[in-house]
Amino acid sequence: MTDLSMPKERPDPHNIEDRGLSETPAQRESYLRAGNTLGSWFFTTDHKRIAVLYLISVTFFFFIGGAAAALIRIDLLEPNGTILTNEGYNRAFTLHGVIMVWFFLIPSIPNTFGNFLIPLMIGARDLAFPRLNLASWYIYVLGGLCTVYVLIAGGVDTGWTFYTPLSSMFAHGQVVMAATAVFIVGFSSILTGLNFIVTIHKLRCPGMTWGRLPLFVWSHYATSLILVLATPVLSITLALIAAERLFGIGVFNPALGGDPLLYQHLFWFYSHPAVYIMVLPALGVVSELVAAAARKPVFGYKVVAGCSIAIAAIGFLVWGHHMFVSGQSPYASAVFSFLSLAVAVPSGIKVYNWTATLYKGHVAIDPPLLFACSFIGLFVVGGLTGLILAMLAVDVHVHDTYFVIAHFHYIMVGGTVAAYFGALHFWWPKITGRLYSLAWGRLSALLIFLGFNLTFFPQFVLGYLGMPRRYHHYPPEFQVWNVFSSTGSSILAVTYLLPFLYLFYSLRYGDAAGPNPWGATGLEWTVPSPPPKHNFEETPTVSGPPYDYPMEFEERP
Amino acid sequence: MSHLPLWPLEASAHSGEVDRLVIGLVILSILLSAPVFILMAAFAVKYRRGRTADRRHRIDHNMALEVSWAVIPFLLLLVFYTWSTELFLELRHPPADALEIDVVAKQWMWKFQHPGGQREINDLHVPLNRAVKLVMASQDVIHSLFVPALRLKQDVVPGRYTTLWFKADKTGSYPLRCSQFCGTDHSLMGGHLYVLSASDYARWLEQSKVDGSLAAQGATLFRDRGCSGCHGAASTVKAPSLNGLFGRPVPLENGQVVTADEQYIRDSILLPQSQIAAGYPHIMPTFQNVLSEDDVLKLVAYIKSLATLTPERSR
Repeated sequence: MTDLSMPKERPDPHNIEDRGLSETPAQRESYLRAGNTLGSWFFTTDHKRIAVLYLISVTFFFFIGGAAAALIRIDLLEPNGTILTNEGYNRAFTLHGVIMVWFFLIPSIPNTFGNFLIPLMIGARDLAFPRLNLASWYIYVLGGLCTVYVLIAGGVDTGWTFYTPLSSMFAHGQVVMAATAVFIVGFSSILTGLNFIVTIHKLRCPGMTWGRLPLFVWSHYATSLILVLATPVLSITLALIAAERLFGIGVFNPALGGDPLLYQHLFWFYSHPAVYIMVLPALGVVSELVAAAARKPVFGYKVVAGCSIAIAAIGFLVWGHHMFVSGQSPYASAVFSFLSLAVAVPSGIKVYNWTATLYKGHVAIDPPLLFACSFIGLFVVGGLTGLILAMLAVDVHVHDTYFVIAHFHYIMVGGTVAAYFGALHFWWPKITGRLYSLAWGRLSALLIFLGFNLTFFPQFVLGYLGMPRRYHHYPPEFQVWNVFSSTGSSILAVTYLLPFLYLFYSLRYGDAAGPNPWGATGLEWTVPSPPPKHNFEETPTVSGPPYDYPMEFEERP
Repeated sequence: MSHLPLWPLEASAHSGEVDRLVIGLVILSILLSAPVFILMAAFAVKYRRGRTADRRHRIDHNMALEVSWAVIPFLLLLVFYTWSTELFLELRHPPADALEIDVVAKQWMWKFQHPGGQREINDLHVPLNRAVKLVMASQDVIHSLFVPALRLKQDVVPGRYTTLWFKADKTGSYPLRCSQFCGTDHSLMGGHLYVLSASDYARWLEQSKVDGSLAAQGATLFRDRGCSGCHGAASTVKAPSLNGLFGRPVPLENGQVVTADEQYIRDSILLPQSQIAAGYPHIMPTFQNVLSEDDVLKLVAYIKSLATLTPERSR
């Protein structure tokens, strides 16, 4: 204990031995302490610091996108709107979609947790191209600034899908600027994907064979393949929209000799795989969370790893299921419907395998597991309603209704956001070196789950009743369900803020985490929390399978 | 705000069929997901950390088990796939005797043109128990005609005709909406589908009577716009005769043979240089930006009405 009679002095931040500092001894030697200047953060090439930069910027956009969602839900309390004009409403849902898809969901888990953890998990000192990694963050920020400009300059009213010829010839807002923002942020995705692929191929430590990679790394590998292969298609498509809008070059507008369905094919060729960009990293997170909570290897490791690759591959062949009522050939639709059922198989396997992982485990009902279970539950509902949507005759009824909205929010918000929070709660001690309150963590996992279901379950009913998406005015008989949904969203808004309170509190007052607070396997848990600047003092060597938790042969008393 | 709707109205045999399919799928979904929910909860309780339980001989993989929970759900799904795809393909094959009604969508209204020349905006009157085929065109952006009570929707895409057919079997009025986002007043672009008994429908047609059927209106346009100057019987210009054209194969200059359907006639009026009938000079002017989609549909109706005439020998 410090001598209380000593005159009070301000702790000296440069003296690593000064016990008056609020940091734990481990933090004083960590990546967090490797430079305190702004420059040491903004020009860092440390993957962990870049991950923190992403964590902050991605969370910032999550709250902007969330604010737009709040406007939408407040407005839908009444059948004829409460606060917005038709134009304003259209701009609100467009920005909500653009920001949430490209500035939150796509970078959310890969660019924060992927960035932080992949080198640690495979025993590397950094990503293969550290400076490219920093460049990718700057590109993200540039794209983000363009989006903020769009927001300030009046917004855009095409929907996040930018369907032509509405976007290219008829909409009045900042279409070109919004497309530019998405175009720019696409390069951030491509560079990150490239960096991950090279890192996973080339920087695995001795003994870290492909068959020993954590499932988190496998799913990020699959994600990176999609990022690199699909994103350029979107970039080109957006450039073509700009060319049509600015120079009248006919590509998509039939009045100029173009084809509006060509746009939809190109857009969904990217945007359906993009769904898997959003969900595959979440699947990887959940595999880690479930294994650590159960203290058991993930059931069927090889199958689960292979399923990530299968999802990425088949995910490229299902884009036409967004176009069943567009006038596409019915025979093409029949093929796309079949392939959409096929892509559900690997996802289904994963869910059953996670369930089997809990069997005979030592299950700790801590926040990471609760978020993982919340993910699994919501992902199952989202996935099964996806199968219902893949059925041609049903899709004809529920296409472009709230049924679709509910379905993809179950996957992306229920699923990916739950996994994002799960990852935050699981690796927070590793990232910051501090423990947070488990009780508050459990409470917020539970409340997020309840708020989510109250918000989005009514939308399945609304969709089947026939409420189209993107409707500012709706028939009065739909009001009750909309009020349920808006009530749920207010709970969701509060409970999304809750973790930030106790997580920030833990930064100052939390107990020191120690290297492995969860008793989990994996190289990231062998280094101090927070990890030192160069991760490993000496390159580790892996000699056993992943998730190598002890087996029991004797019955315990 | 008092009543809580749970299920949409049903106005056709097809909607009942879709409902049965959906209920079947929901039951299947519950069967497939119940083991996950029940077992996760049960395992979390039984094998809670610190609790004594038999944890010996745990297994980390079992290929037969994993294959079975991949294959069995998939096979079950294929049954539904077959059912649903058959139902969908039926929607693509309207009966030959269907009553044809033309639809033009534009920001933000629906225009309907009946074969008798009757026109209406946002509301559509159709007879009970009779197949109705909608031939739809858009004047501007993509719209989508959605009638929840029929469990049907179809995008209306500029530059092409799309079709939708149904047979309503319950009289009444049912909401009709636009479901593809089409700009500012998208959510206001709708009206009602009125299904009338045969006698009420006949009365409605009589009340809404206009001068001349759709084909007759097309014939007027055909004269006024100068089409008859080249395509008419007395013309001296070398242009194909339109008698007996509809539904026949047309040899094109590039060697292709296409069927003269609605889309072909529309394209020939608006984009005449895209498909030139073999043996004719490239002299037809485009009528794009001159004729509205409503007018083009009238001309199509007129040319269809000539289908039964014997083709004249080319001059």
